[in-house]
Amino acid sequence: MAATGTTERCLFLLYAATARSFLQVAATEEVAPPLRVVQIEGLVFLKIIKHCKDHSPSLVTGQLLGLDVGSVLEVTNCFPFPMREEDEEIEADGANYQLEMMRCLREVNVDNNTIGWYQSTLLGSFQTVELIETFMNYQENIRRCVCIIYDPSRSDQGVLALKALKLSDSFMELYRSNNFIGEKLREKNLTWVDIFEEIPIKVSNSALISAFMTELEPDTPVSQCDYDRLQLSTSSLMERNMDFFIECMDDLSLEQQKFQFYYRSLSRQQAQQQAWLHKRRAENMSRKAAGEEPLPEEDPSNPIFKSLPEPSRLESFLITNQISNYCHQINGVSGQGLIRLYLMKALRED
Amino acid sequence: MEAMAAKERTVLQFSSSQSLSAKVHPLVVFNICDCYVRRPDQAERVIGTLLGSVLPDGTVDVRNSYAVPHSESVDQVALDIEYHHSMLLSHQKVNPKEVIVGWYSTGLGVTGGSALIHEFYSREVPNPIHLTIDTGFTKGAGTIKAYVSNNLSLGDRQIAAQFQEIPLDLRMVEAERIGFDTLKATAVEKIPSDLEGMEASMGHLLALIDDIYKYVDDVVEGRVDPDNKIGRFISDAVGSLPKLPSSAFEKLVNDSLQDHLLLLYLSSITRTQLDLAEKLNTAAQIL
Repeated sequence: MAATGTTERCLFLLYAATARSFLQVAATEEVAPPLRVVQIEGLVFLKIIKHCKDHSPSLVTGQLLGLDVGSVLEVTNCFPFPMREEDEEIEADGANYQLEMMRCLREVNVDNNTIGWYQSTLLGSFQTVELIETFMNYQENIRRCVCIIYDPSRSDQGVLALKALKLSDSFMELYRSNNFIGEKLREKNLTWVDIFEEIPIKVSNSALISAFMTELEPDTPVSQCDYDRLQLSTSSLMERNMDFFIECMDDLSLEQQKFQFYYRSLSRQQAQQQAWLHKRRAENMSRKAAGEEPLPEEDPSNPIFKSLPEPSRLESFLITNQISNYCHQINGVSGQGLIRLYLMKALRED
Repeated sequence: MEAMAAKERTVLQFSSSQSLSAKVHPLVVFNICDCYVRRPDQAERVIGTLLGSVLPDGTVDVRNSYAVPHSESVDQVALDIEYHHSMLLSHQKVNPKEVIVGWYSTGLGVTGGSALIHEFYSREVPNPIHLTIDTGFTKGAGTIKAYVSNNLSLGDRQIAAQFQEIPLDLRMVEAERIGFDTLKATAVEKIPSDLEGMEASMGHLLALIDDIYKYVDDVVEGRVDPDNKIGRFISDAVGSLPKLPSSAFEKLVNDSLQDHLLLLYLSSITRTQLDLAEKLNTAAQIL
């Protein structure tokens, strides 16, 4: 059953790849310009937000459909995936669902061209190995793909927490060769900042929608957004942020311990090697004096010459990214909190 | 006796009309407009299914929609029922709580073919609603209306279906969350960041306070007739500020300020530490 599940998934991906638009094929023939902007339709915003919010706090994903035009990736539609379940039978069902949905949407002239996926996150805790794996999977079939991350927990603050991400090229190269040791990283000059690239988002709406929204815009001077933004209490958000933050710190120190352990055993090994060499040389000296053949200065069968595997840095890179993300969020929320407090003070003094 | 009974039945009957109202999620409007823009060449209008739920107070909450391909000639309408069903199945996999609540069509008001389609949807769900969106702006405005249908029967025979308009709530809290500025324009260069949003909100607040000042001044100087209702609102707003002695208020503000500053320091230190660790980790490999 597992096999059919995966084949069907492959089939789907193949289908997605062959269903590329003419424009995209044209674009791939020449040297593709780097992706600069993701242009998202208002419809997609609403769909993503609705799906993520409906299922919050559980995390959901969905597929993005659109066109790849030069350096702009246009996201014109999307559809949600059903909740993921561990059962394999259901997984095969999911692939069927995707095919069916794509077929149906094509029938009503929706751009039927996969360009990535979206997913919801909890306070920006999305930087995981799974995300990278999904990215690599998509990237193999679609040259340009993007992941849109939406954070429903932050939207209560009146923030439109939507981000478009992609993996950087140098990181992908390194990931393919699975070489996350210090030397390689130094060679490529790759740091944790360089794993993800954030792509600026542009919004576009059809003239028709623009007309309707202008008509429907209420003439009240205050919107829900303003209420949310001027909400004074942020402690619950902050608390959760700090919780995640501390958890990440623990993880990071665990990773650091791994490295320390590695370095300690490495230096111990080197000391042992030196000692062995010393002994061997002294032995050879005495053998020379006795007129015998010297013994080789290396002994591959000795366990102390076996090289120790260096732990991969990927995990610690991701955790570092995560932590920096939390720092950023804390900065943002505290900054806003300060503004609110001063506002409150000014209001009272009035 | 039997004749009497038969006679009693041959009266013009209106089926009971419930007082319904409907609420539309902005996504539905967006979806319909998008489908209309992408309609096939020869099609005059698009129609589709509305999904949502009926709230406990009887309001129909329309939360989602999808278009259903159809073909229309003078006196008949053909709906792709198979498409409708497979799409429904797909949608229900994602959100089983959303069921069919009715159908939509673009154009102004109810047209002849509508009764047939409405009858089809009546078989899917009891008492469906019919939403019309005037994408052609025929009256110079994008009119959005919702209807329910009442059956008019004479004896056992149905003679007509009457479409009755129901009140429609178009307040869109979800759209406000994103911001109408983002949804209204045909092109926006970037989505507003936290601080920009904050600035805009504070601007709004300031403008409102100025408005109140102006109003109060005008009333005091007799330029405007006082309105008790507005006065009450203003006194409510002023009264909603908690009454605190200024020392306590000062302390509260300062404590919170310090909390925030502490967090800011913490995050800055962490970031510095991270950068440092990064440098050390990659440089420490000279073995």
